[in-house]
Amino acid sequence: MGFRARHLLGIESLAPDEIVTLLDLAETYVDLNRRPDKHGTALVGLTQINMFFEASTRTQASFELAGKRLGADVMNMGVAQSSVKKGETLIDTAMTLNAMHPDLLVVRHPNSGAVALLAQKVTCAVLNAGDGRHEHPTQALLDALTIRRAKGRLHRLTVAICGDIAHSRVARSNLLLLHKMESRVRLVGPATLMPPGIADLGVEVCEDMREGLRDADVVMMLRLQKERMDGGFIPSEREYYHRYGLDAEKLSYAKPDAIVMHPGPMNRGVEIDGLLADDINRSVIQEQVEMGVAVRMAAMDLLARNLRAARAPETVLV
Amino acid sequence: MSALLLTNARLIDPEAGTDRIGSLLIENGVITARDPSPVPALAAVHDCGGLCLAPGIVDLGVKIGEPGERHKESFKTAGRAAAAGGVTTMVTRADTNPPVDTPETLEFVTRRAAQVSPVRIAPMAALTKGRDGREMVEIGFLSDAGAVAFSDGDRVVTDLKVFSRALTYARSLGALVIGHVQEPTLSKGAAVTSGKFATLQGLPAVSPLAESLGLERDLALVEATRARYHADQVSTASALPALRRASEAGLDVTAGVSVHHLTLNEFDVGDYRTFFKLKPPLRSEDDRQAMVEAVADGLIDVISSMHTPQDEESKRLPFEEAASGAVGLETLLPASLRLVHAGALDLPRLFAALSLNPARRLGLPGGRLSAGAPADLVLFDPDAPFLLDRATLHSKSKNTPFDGARLQGRVRATWVGGTQVFPFP
Repeated sequence: MGFRARHLLGIESLAPDEIVTLLDLAETYVDLNRRPDKHGTALVGLTQINMFFEASTRTQASFELAGKRLGADVMNMGVAQSSVKKGETLIDTAMTLNAMHPDLLVVRHPNSGAVALLAQKVTCAVLNAGDGRHEHPTQALLDALTIRRAKGRLHRLTVAICGDIAHSRVARSNLLLLHKMESRVRLVGPATLMPPGIADLGVEVCEDMREGLRDADVVMMLRLQKERMDGGFIPSEREYYHRYGLDAEKLSYAKPDAIVMHPGPMNRGVEIDGLLADDINRSVIQEQVEMGVAVRMAAMDLLARNLRAARAPETVLV
Repeated sequence: MSALLLTNARLIDPEAGTDRIGSLLIENGVITARDPSPVPALAAVHDCGGLCLAPGIVDLGVKIGEPGERHKESFKTAGRAAAAGGVTTMVTRADTNPPVDTPETLEFVTRRAAQVSPVRIAPMAALTKGRDGREMVEIGFLSDAGAVAFSDGDRVVTDLKVFSRALTYARSLGALVIGHVQEPTLSKGAAVTSGKFATLQGLPAVSPLAESLGLERDLALVEATRARYHADQVSTASALPALRRASEAGLDVTAGVSVHHLTLNEFDVGDYRTFFKLKPPLRSEDDRQAMVEAVADGLIDVISSMHTPQDEESKRLPFEEAASGAVGLETLLPASLRLVHAGALDLPRLFAALSLNPARRLGLPGGRLSAGAPADLVLFDPDAPFLLDRATLHSKSKNTPFDGARLQGRVRATWVGGTQVFPFP
């Protein structure tokens, strides 16, 4: 048991016991975050740099707060408007930063695989905050923590992931995590938003939303990107809402105690009914945000432990 | 009069389909006799030690960075790489900067090659001016200047009026047109082939359908215009039925495949390794096996390296942004020999695809071991094992997907027109 990874680049490379270790530690940070005095010391003395090559408010704020609550020195680099515009390559940016001796590097990038490429070139621990359509591991982990707290377990659940699967890194990471934890995943959405070869991944694919939600324990909605709405992938926003927007009627096909999740930011009236999103009996959307900070604290704490262990002088075994 | 006798060689003759020990007499750069008796008294004798002697490779589709990108590859470095790889004729691509679309640029290419390259070149020209698919090039002048085929490379001529007129005009001159079989509106922006792997890695993907549609489109126009046509790279099983129908219908159509699509598949991309980013992308294992079978049964005529040098900077990028292509002049033979070692092809069949068929298709005299053919030859040990280190390649760019690969088969000597060009003099 334990957490062995050097970087958190994706769910794919994590073992189930590593996931459990991380979630268990995150639980303690949920408690810490609810106390009036929210300060931990796990990252004191360490430098955390957030590099977002793609605009983000929520994820970046969550990582920043997570680092600060554990005592790290946190710096945000607005890379989208800096040296990259001047033609510097990703690797050069990484090398430059590496020379400043950061300990934790939190990276979001619009290209799949870019965070892993960067991780090869630096000596600190790298956390993937989303790379292209590939993975978004901390989102899947915070979703898992939310589900585990609501359902008491992560195995033998039926989870319906609905919406734009093709362009979603959240869907991929969640799919991988839920399979590792032995739950069943259904993907629900129009055929134009399903990636090719998805049926080979051991999931059920449903084009009919009511059928897809039938007896589900968890309904996970995905954000529909604005740029996909106008005729390219779906005919219109209103037709999408009619067929795939989550409302009370469609939700009635799921289990009576099914929870509703959304990674945010929501398009009310496009993929989810506004009232339903606010229904505290069904929606755990606010809890997801809370779990996000705790999971990121746990992830950085565990990576920092491994980093310190790797940097420590060799211990002599007797 | 200079004479050279190569004795004790396993002669790989793709024309006769034979593989047997013998000797070859070369006089004045031309093969004059097999197993000659008596041997001319003044002939120098080279004992081949029982190794394989085959017609030198005619590599159809070599990109050289001249003009425009000499930092990636020059005629000199490509020529040395070719000599070391047993390639005696590089059929060069027109996708340079500026493209080879006038007799003047073609003349520059031919002259540069003659000055510095130890192996022959047979240049291709663009099909349309600037490779932008609007007006055809001077096919007549360019043919006179030595262009062996016309192709816009991986830029598909999407305007079908332009393309069918170019095909018609080319047919009237007997010129060969080479098409890149892709439907560009489907393949645009794609980095890998579609399927489970692409989906898991989150990479933009192209379906094999883009290739079969592109081929069907070209073949329909070829049928209407009766042009001489070659599909540059077929890589998917779904394109093969159309190819078979075309050959049954008696169209003057041939097809090629790159050695990468015969020996690697989509999973080799692995953890976003950009040296495996090719155009068309590496396909599924089923597709790869279908390509090997198509070469074995003669449906696909030509194996080439699709040598595409890229510098380190254009490959050290996130996968989607990295440049496509791989160098292949030096790995073409050892990689192709994987098919022989796997029992899929015999050596005469392999050299039909590497040497005889491309030479014939382009109207070049090489690719044969019979009397009268130019003495363009490669001597190789088909079994010699080695671990490829990309730093040892002679190409200026080192972007090979076979870095660190275990390969079997080493070139021991290469002759062009009877002159030994490798090992380097």
